[in-house]
Amino acid sequence: MEYYLSLFIRSIFIDNMALAFFLGMCTFLAISKKIQAALGLGIAVTVVLAITVPVNNLIYTYLLADGALAWAGLPDLNLSFLGLLSYIGVIAALVQILEMFLDKFVPALYNALGVFLPLITVNCAILGASLFMVERDYNFAESVVFGAGSGVGWALAIVALAGIREKLKYSDVPDGLQGLGITFITVGLMSLGFMSFGGIDI
Amino acid sequence: METVKETLTGPIFRNNPIALQILGICSALAVTSSLQVTLVMCVALTLVTAFSSFFVSTIRNHIPGSIRIIVQMVIIASLVIVVDQFLKAYAYAISKQLSVFVGLIITNCIVMGRAEAFAMKNPPVASFLDGIGNGLGYSVVLISVAVVRELFGAGKLMGIEILPLVTEGGWYNPNGLLLLPPSAFFLIGMFIWALRSVRKEQLEKPDYTLARHQPAREGV
Repeated sequence: MEYYLSLFIRSIFIDNMALAFFLGMCTFLAISKKIQAALGLGIAVTVVLAITVPVNNLIYTYLLADGALAWAGLPDLNLSFLGLLSYIGVIAALVQILEMFLDKFVPALYNALGVFLPLITVNCAILGASLFMVERDYNFAESVVFGAGSGVGWALAIVALAGIREKLKYSDVPDGLQGLGITFITVGLMSLGFMSFGGIDI
Repeated sequence: METVKETLTGPIFRNNPIALQILGICSALAVTSSLQVTLVMCVALTLVTAFSSFFVSTIRNHIPGSIRIIVQMVIIASLVIVVDQFLKAYAYAISKQLSVFVGLIITNCIVMGRAEAFAMKNPPVASFLDGIGNGLGYSVVLISVAVVRELFGAGKLMGIEILPLVTEGGWYNPNGLLLLPPSAFFLIGMFIWALRSVRKEQLEKPDYTLARHQPAREGV
């Protein structure tokens, strides 16, 4: 139990998807002007990550990994080169299913997430988490924890950035840095802050 | 001929994918701590963008509108698999250093963005050139960031010593911050600042402006 808790905390703070690995940067910078929108997107990313990483883990373990198809009588087959194509397919399909499911059963949440759901397919944090899961050899339980943790970490980072940017409108920014430029510098400072979590072992 | 040149060189400065369109930033930040890795990444991305635009454009009239994103995804993912396998076979060390970022070319918004915005409406050759142009625009930013980070952070370029380090009997005291992730944000921020100071038309309007300070009047 303790091990999973530590993995969860580590994926939120130390290995933060946005600030330590720069994943999902495009949406991170584009949709962080308002806290409300940032929160909606953060929740959507967390939900999708918590589902797709474990599902991709199952697909990798039982279909793609070296010798994984032994149950089908093909012990010599290594399909891991098809990984990229299957992960992105799974992500796109799951996002679509999630969208239809929410539309039918939880319309309030569906309306709150709005346009962000389809955008998530091309968010590199989602694909990145699946690739990290394969690279680090997580088992099923670990990948559930890792998926949820990195989602929460990403949400935390984007909400914090949106908070800073809402305050930033009161400041007098040089012309050339206006907008995108100053956002980059702010994110850099946030990333420095998050680095102070580095080296913590729980 | 003029339009060919325009398609090819436009994205490098005038309409840079990173600085102006905010596309493809993830990998721009993560792979730039060493120049060699960056060059490999730039070549990979440029080729993927060019060929995916080319193929998408070739079959653009046969793609049904409702499933075009999936079709584009499949084309892009297949090309990335080719690049990934090629790197694993011929440049294993670099492929290990790039780790997940080769795979992440799939979700790099530049590739997707160009396929969607340009290749779906233009003939194959023009799309191919547009892909190359945007790849180069991306490369210009990445290479300049990587040169600064590796030169001043480690005193080396491509692993060859340029500035002799103090620890090895030289005079240069390396700035360790530049090898850490946050420096990439600062450098790209500065790059955007420099680019926009030269090209004023790219400036963003502030959402709010502060009212001028009114001195208080006496005895009202």
